[in-house]
Amino acid sequence: MLIAEESGPDFQRDGQASLAGQGKIKLENVSVHDDQLTRIGPRSRLGAVDLRELWRYRELLYFLTWRDVKIRYKQTVIGIAWAVLQPIVTTAIFTVLFSGFARFETGSTPYPVFALSALVIWLFVHNAITLASGSFVSNSNLVTKVYFPRLIVPLAAVLSGIFDLIFSVVILVGLILYYGLVPTTGILMAPVFLISAFVMAAALGTMLSALNVKFRDIKFALPFALQVWMIASPIFYPADMVGERWRLVFAVNPLTGLIDGFRSALFGLPFNWDLIGISATSIAAMCIVSLIVFSKMEDDFADVI
Amino acid sequence: MHAIRVNGLSKRYMLGGAAHNSLRDLIAGLFSRSGRQPAEEVRALDDISFSVNEGETLGIIGRNGAGKSTLLKILSRITKPTHGSVEIRGRVGSLLEVGTGFHNELSGRENIYLNGAILGMKRSEIEARFDEIVAFSEIERFLDTPVKHYSSGMYMRLAFSVAAHLEPEVLIVDEVLAVGDVGFQKKCLGKMRDVGRKGRTVIFVSHDMNAITRLCDRVIWIKDGKLKLDGAAKDVVGEYLHDQESIGAEKHWPAASAPASEYVRLHSVRVCDEAGATTSSADIRRPIGVEISYEVLKEGKVMVPNLHFFNETGTCIFVSHDWEGGWRNKPRPVGKYVSTVRVPGNFLAEGSVYVGAAVTTYSPLEVHFVEWDAVAFNVIDSIDGDSARGDFVGDLPGIVRPSLEWSTETPDRRSISFSNRSTPGRRDPRD
Repeated sequence: MLIAEESGPDFQRDGQASLAGQGKIKLENVSVHDDQLTRIGPRSRLGAVDLRELWRYRELLYFLTWRDVKIRYKQTVIGIAWAVLQPIVTTAIFTVLFSGFARFETGSTPYPVFALSALVIWLFVHNAITLASGSFVSNSNLVTKVYFPRLIVPLAAVLSGIFDLIFSVVILVGLILYYGLVPTTGILMAPVFLISAFVMAAALGTMLSALNVKFRDIKFALPFALQVWMIASPIFYPADMVGERWRLVFAVNPLTGLIDGFRSALFGLPFNWDLIGISATSIAAMCIVSLIVFSKMEDDFADVI
Repeated sequence: MHAIRVNGLSKRYMLGGAAHNSLRDLIAGLFSRSGRQPAEEVRALDDISFSVNEGETLGIIGRNGAGKSTLLKILSRITKPTHGSVEIRGRVGSLLEVGTGFHNELSGRENIYLNGAILGMKRSEIEARFDEIVAFSEIERFLDTPVKHYSSGMYMRLAFSVAAHLEPEVLIVDEVLAVGDVGFQKKCLGKMRDVGRKGRTVIFVSHDMNAITRLCDRVIWIKDGKLKLDGAAKDVVGEYLHDQESIGAEKHWPAASAPASEYVRLHSVRVCDEAGATTSSADIRRPIGVEISYEVLKEGKVMVPNLHFFNETGTCIFVSHDWEGGWRNKPRPVGKYVSTVRVPGNFLAEGSVYVGAAVTTYSPLEVHFVEWDAVAFNVIDSIDGDSARGDFVGDLPGIVRPSLEWSTETPDRRSISFSNRSTPGRRDPRD
């Protein structure tokens, strides 16, 4: 048997291919061009992400996202209502606190819409990062048993947050209609800010998920850090409340540009491009750092987790 | 043509010093002047080279801890080697476990898709094979029931069915056949053989030497991280079994070659009966002792001797460490020690038991030495009717066989037949 194979390796290959062609036509055609050469060596390159491989595994990304969404509100009494409750209740609390008592100046925009417009982004970022940071630990059974591009795990967690995001966007649209606000052409920019928020959440979530594998401190530090971050971002107060001198420093926090830009888009206000530019740069930097950290930690996941 | 080519593969794990478990350790490590503790290195694989031809079925055998799992993990790209390289031609499917990623809240149908995707199948492939998978698993009626309501047998059947329909060019299979009922196991073995016949390359790890010789053309034997033997299945399995038989009830290590760290050295391990005599067979009803003697060479460490018990399929029956023998949290002075663990009667199942011996410091974690398969013994049931098997003489499954109390009431007659008589096999209170 061995000798036969050795004497005619090419024949063997061809025979197999044609066999595949005749038999289960549909199936085998799919896998034929998957005939790749895999090289396994000691270390992967720093910051290198195999995009082609990631693309090949896109269906797994889809299935893991779908699973996360499907599981999230199972075994809860009110189910999906949680996705609706979170933005509504937070908006109501902010309105009472900062419009009723503290009286923040929000110009022509009614305070509830003003608050919810930021909460749409913030709640998504908050949930996505929280879910992503624990994603490797909660999927440790996958990581130690099967290979796939590891990046898929935190990405699926962040993507699953989009499900809740859609609910809060619907509520936001409802509130805008309720107050009779008329959108300008600026609204076409709104999706850009939502997508940027996704990119930022993905970058941070990925980095934290990798760090959390080795340093479980993340689990304790994160809720606290997120709280500070919320206060430091123009969520319940307008960005221009911060003095002119400090505003650009303030924009290093990417949420500043994201939220301010999103509001400008929604309420037809002029865009503050300096703010947006700095925040965009800050997001780009986060992406790079995140990829470097991730690729450095990735190789040891299965051994450390 | 080679489907897999493995070149000088080595894998080392760092234990102790290098592994930081929290930021505090890392920061403390950065600032401490004395530098880090010397990291302890464990060589899981040491310079392994072999290649597998396309269409060949290769078996991998070896004792527990020999490095088989590490090799499989590297081949399936779960972990990276420290040195060396592997080239694999074609799509790789690896089954280190069946049912990876199964979620209890999801239905059987949903889990087929999820598990299929996790194993690397495309959606179109899963769809095309869906009916076949369902038919193979014999769970049609419960397809839309969450798997948390499945019996363990149904769960395993479904899990295996998905795995069995994976058709990559290279299939890597760990010991996953030891699940499910015997009939279903046969079905799976048949399915695997079909995969082999279709010209696919299969790598198969098992402790079941029958399955190995039936399924594999060629076998490699890994011992202590090194490639010990590579050849025709029958020959390698024969050599391996011969070697395995040489594990006795007692083993002494000469000081020069004994497993040791700078703190402690293994001296001997032996299996003994109640009277303290060395024995290689244990009556299933009577307690049996395992004794580990070691010498502390340097003071200052809290040492915990621990013993790992495996059955013939390589399943860990239990691990026991000395947690109350008077040395808890106390560093041991230099000198010789003999620690004995007593395993009660009516607890282990029949068959061979392999014992691994180690001495470990838990905080910070440091494995001073570990010697897998140091000794072995056979648990024998003479079928006198007073062991847990009672009057049953057939094959009794299970990795342990405790003798448990049963009571049966007959409420109609208001009488209770509760037997508490002391049989010779029942656990002695002194134990």
